[in-house]
Amino acid sequence: MENWLMLTLVGKDRPGIVAKISQALFDLSGNLGEASMTRLGGNFTIMLMVCVQEKKSAVQEKLQPVCDEMELFFHLDEIEGRLHQHIEPDVRISIHGADQAGIVARATSALSKAGLNILNLESDVGGHPDSPVYVMHIEGVASKGLEILDQALQTLSRENDVVARMTPIDTMVG
Amino acid sequence: MAHLNILLYPDERLKQASQPVKEFSEDLKSFIHDLEKTFRSFPGCVGIAAPQVGRFERIVLVDISHKPQHANHGFLVLINPEITFFEGRSIGREGCLSVPDYTGKVERAKSISLEALNENGEKQVFQMSGYEARAVQHEIDHLDGKLFLDRLVSRRNALNKRAEISI
Repeated sequence: MENWLMLTLVGKDRPGIVAKISQALFDLSGNLGEASMTRLGGNFTIMLMVCVQEKKSAVQEKLQPVCDEMELFFHLDEIEGRLHQHIEPDVRISIHGADQAGIVARATSALSKAGLNILNLESDVGGHPDSPVYVMHIEGVASKGLEILDQALQTLSRENDVVARMTPIDTMVG
Repeated sequence: MAHLNILLYPDERLKQASQPVKEFSEDLKSFIHDLEKTFRSFPGCVGIAAPQVGRFERIVLVDISHKPQHANHGFLVLINPEITFFEGRSIGREGCLSVPDYTGKVERAKSISLEALNENGEKQVFQMSGYEARAVQHEIDHLDGKLFLDRLVSRRNALNKRAEISI
């Protein structure tokens, strides 16, 4: 029986987290699927698909001591694998400006109303600690077309004093 | 005309370098017709290279004319193509018939000068930029055993105005 699990893991960043976690899963004959692993602030985060023959509880028992040793928190959910069904983004959106409360909520609400289905979102807080800058990149599918999205971004930009722009993605397949 | 099978990565043959075409025979023309038919059977596809169907000769076809928003030279048969000049860099998203269900960002030259022979062995010279130049570079890579996977750039991009597409 093929069981897909989603491992969610977070902890203070330190060298060796990925190696130790992936080794523990390999020891269980786990087959890794797609993953997003990144440093957010001083934390390291993992979202990782793993397919195992074992039950979820066996994976839990295997990971617990490894995570305890590295002071990591983790969580496992049973999921459907559904690999090989990538959706192609057709637009990329970049938003940046002085960090301000609520900007992500306002931006993503406006984009959602304009038909954007987000496939990938990455954001960073940069700049000087006294005047932080928020930078967000989104890739997605413009289900209502690009024009309405562009209008939403112009309104967002005007009302929130941020730079918000979009670039169509025209994937070249050869 | 026959429909040709596409080699799929990780087929090792896709890493093989292709040899220059020496004879401009009827067999070559027949192969080009088959290659075109194969290429046209994939909607949205803008190019194909002979090694993608297991013929390791330096032949590529490119046609982006169904995307009229991009400047183009129509249907191109490029035999023994050579890029003689590169200028500028741009990042764009690419996919490949030989790598289904995956696309990624690749840096290419923005503009190129290109020399190639046509199916009659006649020399052709092109200047091109943007989307068409990207397609030609992607296809010529196949002739050298390279895939766009060998040229991927990070998902996390710097904040700049480099376009995802034709520039």
